[in-house]
Amino acid sequence: MTVDITGREYPTVGPYHVGSEEIRRFATAVKNTHPFHHDAQAARAAGHKDLIAPPTFLVSIAQRAEARMVNDPEAKVDFSRVVHADQRFSHHRSVVAGDELYATATVVSVKELAGNRLITTQVEITAAERAPVSTITSTLLIRG
Amino acid sequence: MIAIENLTKGEVVATRTININRADLIRYAGASGDFNPIHWSEATAQAAELPGVIAHGMLSMGLAVDLVTEWTNDPATIIDYQTRFSAMVPVEETTHTANPARPFDNPNPGAQLDVVAKVGAINEETRVVRVDLTVTNPHDDNARVLTRAQAQVQL
Repeated sequence: MTVDITGREYPTVGPYHVGSEEIRRFATAVKNTHPFHHDAQAARAAGHKDLIAPPTFLVSIAQRAEARMVNDPEAKVDFSRVVHADQRFSHHRSVVAGDELYATATVVSVKELAGNRLITTQVEITAAERAPVSTITSTLLIRG
Repeated sequence: MIAIENLTKGEVVATRTININRADLIRYAGASGDFNPIHWSEATAQAAELPGVIAHGMLSMGLAVDLVTEWTNDPATIIDYQTRFSAMVPVEETTHTANPARPFDNPNPGAQLDVVAKVGAINEETRVVRVDLTVTNPHDDNARVLTRAQAQVQL
């Protein structure tokens, strides 16, 4: 029997400490060369608290929360058949070096399409006291 | 500073061709924590019925947004960024003819992305500009790698 996992919320993961080197390493990997990702003095001179994380940086934290769903036996995700279908970042504020972040994944929808399964999850990234940082939505397509 | 009143819908604000090599995939795997072997193991990719080692979709998404950051000159202005992944990007093995100590400067690309950033929508009231990114693969009949790739920029 297939269990409907729509609406299921997984336990919050974290805290994750966002370090300067981690921001620089991610920015380098996506060839995001802007000084605010690499040079804290330049970021501060422009009024930012510290290094600014690249727009897609939070995927590394969001995917750790999503892993809770992927590893849920009732979600029935065969990771070798997974294709990334879509991704969205809605940032409520910028992520800066020194942030302590938490991530909570919820299953938004599960659809069947031409023998494939599409699972959409939403990950809320929060700081202390659940202050909103970013809402991240992604869909995994599991090839049938 | 970008003057919102001088922008025109459809205006091209940046273009770039980005090279991708196997070394880039390994570096992205390390930086993001996404070690799915289809992004670095040819045997695994073929067993999964893929054309070969493919780039992380999130690598293409992360590479493309740099055009928007460069245009606004402040990554904190990008308040929303979304895309659909519509074509895989196979990354061929290439010989490192350049200095092997500098694998990311390899002049022989294993794949390439052509990226064009255009003004998609302008809201003068909220001062939010939507930038539409077209990301195509010149090694695959200019297949659209990302579809509906849109960045919302708060000016």
